[in-house]
Amino acid sequence: MFSDYSAPPMWQNGPALGKYYDFPNVSTNKISHNSTNGKQRYHTPLTTGTSVIGLVFNGGVILAADTAGYYGSMMRFNDCPRIFQVNKYTILGAGNDYADIQYLNDIIKQKILDDDLHNDGIALKPKSLHSWLTRVLYNRRSQFDPLWINAFVAGMQNGEPFLGTVDKLGTAYEDKILSFGFGTHISVPYLRQEREKNPNMTKEEAIACIKTCMDMLYVRDARSGAKYNIGVISNEGSEVQGPFESVGHWNIATHGTPGQE
Amino acid sequence: MSSIGAGYDLSASQFSPDGRVFQVEYAQKAVENSSTAIGLKGKDGVVIAVEKLVLSKLYDPGANKRIFHIDNHIGMGISGLISDGRQLSETAKTEASEYRSKYGGDIPLHLLNEKVSMYVHAYTLYSMVRPFGASLLLASHDQKDGPSLYVVDPSGVSHGYFGCAIGKAKQNAKTEIEKLKLSTLSMEQLAKEAARIIYVVHDELKDKHFELELAWVGEKTNGKFELVPQSFLEECENYAKTSLQDSDSDNDL
Amino acid sequence: MALVTKQILDTPIQHHFSPYSDNGGTTVAVAGPDYAIIASDTRLSAGYSIYTREQSKLFTLSETTVLGSSGCWCDILSLTRIIEARMQMYLHEHNKVMSTTSLAKMISIMMYGKRFFPYYTSTIIAGLDPEGKGCVYSYDPIGHTERANFRAGGSSGALLQALLDNQLGFKNQENVDKTPVSLEKAITVVKDAFTAAAERDIYTGDGVHLCAITKDGIKEFNFELRKD
Repeated sequence: MFSDYSAPPMWQNGPALGKYYDFPNVSTNKISHNSTNGKQRYHTPLTTGTSVIGLVFNGGVILAADTAGYYGSMMRFNDCPRIFQVNKYTILGAGNDYADIQYLNDIIKQKILDDDLHNDGIALKPKSLHSWLTRVLYNRRSQFDPLWINAFVAGMQNGEPFLGTVDKLGTAYEDKILSFGFGTHISVPYLRQEREKNPNMTKEEAIACIKTCMDMLYVRDARSGAKYNIGVISNEGSEVQGPFESVGHWNIATHGTPGQE
Repeated sequence: MSSIGAGYDLSASQFSPDGRVFQVEYAQKAVENSSTAIGLKGKDGVVIAVEKLVLSKLYDPGANKRIFHIDNHIGMGISGLISDGRQLSETAKTEASEYRSKYGGDIPLHLLNEKVSMYVHAYTLYSMVRPFGASLLLASHDQKDGPSLYVVDPSGVSHGYFGCAIGKAKQNAKTEIEKLKLSTLSMEQLAKEAARIIYVVHDELKDKHFELELAWVGEKTNGKFELVPQSFLEECENYAKTSLQDSDSDNDL
Repeated sequence: MALVTKQILDTPIQHHFSPYSDNGGTTVAVAGPDYAIIASDTRLSAGYSIYTREQSKLFTLSETTVLGSSGCWCDILSLTRIIEARMQMYLHEHNKVMSTTSLAKMISIMMYGKRFFPYYTSTIIAGLDPEGKGCVYSYDPIGHTERANFRAGGSSGALLQALLDNQLGFKNQENVDKTPVSLEKAITVVKDAFTAAAERDIYTGDGVHLCAITKDGIKEFNFELRKD
């Protein structure tokens, strides 16, 4: 029980100091000193990036992620962009360990350069990049040395929008709405609702939705930052826009949240 | 050059009594039998031009390219055995990419030149390998140091140049290059002159058909190595052809 | 230091790495005299999160064979890709498409090859054998395999196998005609099975993707399931 001098816990089953809320079945768990006898070859994420969200609109795709780099619960870095333009067909977004993200991004950049050097006009397409990421991440998890990354590939292929994700195990899937981290809990329900209302969203409408999501994430996710980038890709080409800045006011807490209008 | 090695030409790891390595000289001979390639360094860029001899009419146009992109900012022109040249271009690409993964920036050309030269030189030291039968032109441009141009030859020797030529017509080409005031020429002028020189030195009697490959790097291309755009390539070729006709008609008089 | 804070600091909290995840999903396959059907739900999930509602777990491997698999999705993706590559190699080497029976054996060997780092999957294949009869093979994660007439696997495997025993195997039924059911009847039973599974199993739902394999080719069907 609690000693006379210590405060009772703030809330039962809540997040430990400096940690995420322990959502059931999410891979953060407490272990005791004694249970780690074996050799541990895998690392744990250090500097982390939080949510990434992706949305398909009529004729294109958007990805968004903020630029904060967290060291545990400390916002240690302000400028960690996590949306990258791969080439004119493809945009990459990533969350979780920022060192791993940079490592992977360097490799992808060299791949793109190698492609360009052939000078044959052939460039890596989104489905190929997605498939390649699947193999890289799966192979690393099979060696018990995972890249602690949730990657998102957005692009245009054969005139169709593509949005896919791969996690650190190599679990890969495609959908019209994708997310990682807190975005799964905050943004996805909102985006699913908006897409149901308006399945043929225009680019402008989709950008507005994404910006609402980033604003909501900024106030509700303790590991988020105000600055964020969005990557937009359509038949006109790809670009990374931003950084935009969310303003921390609580009005939007009721604006975008279903049932609280 | 002596055509008889007198038994001292069987291995790259053996000197002749008068201090020569015949295998390397034979490799240089392979370059002298091949398409001419020239490099010109001007005030704001470098141009590489290759007279790619087309040995059969059955080849696809554009096949067997002799100009390679090594990195965003570096290009390579080759003369000699094309397969040897291709292997060296891969080596250079790997070096450039390794430099980037280690230091996060573009490899300076003098460093790449050193690495490639050392690699080529290593193939002149052992009995179990054959030296490369290709010479390379390496071209680059950077904001700080301006344009740079190097030639690596089969012995692994390399020099920086203002203007250089390799391949079968290198002597004629060098004479033509020496007539130019290179350091005053812009990239466009360099490209036109390079095209003209290739047309001048081309031996129409021995080698009937050729394709002109032209690429450049400099301020105009923002430090990127690029093939000269098709429209400007045609302009250069027209310039070359007209100046050829002019000099021919001068001779007739 | 406050005791609670000290307690928390004494207990390291660690991101534990597990190479496996349970992404749920159910597959059901039925073999008839001249047909085979195989179906999967289309929900991909992890814990209480639904990753996507539109992920079929069926892989059409040839004109006569379809594979269905649920469990650890990254293993399923890898396993099926290697199977597809091996089938291609077989095609080039023997100049014929791999039969369902050969494929059944090959998959078993491939899975046992990873006996000590298994593919964490519940895999079933359905197709026509070289005689044109319907066949179903099921696997455990380390390559044990068995030919069957009907099989359910995945998160609702245990729930549905009993139902199929009764409806298709005529177990515990009296005075019934025990001739094998028709394709149409089998599809109805499979459809009902998924509806039942979606009621009780949170890892099964959203939709069903079904492939019916006959000598005329593979026909695909999609049904909706509850999405909560």
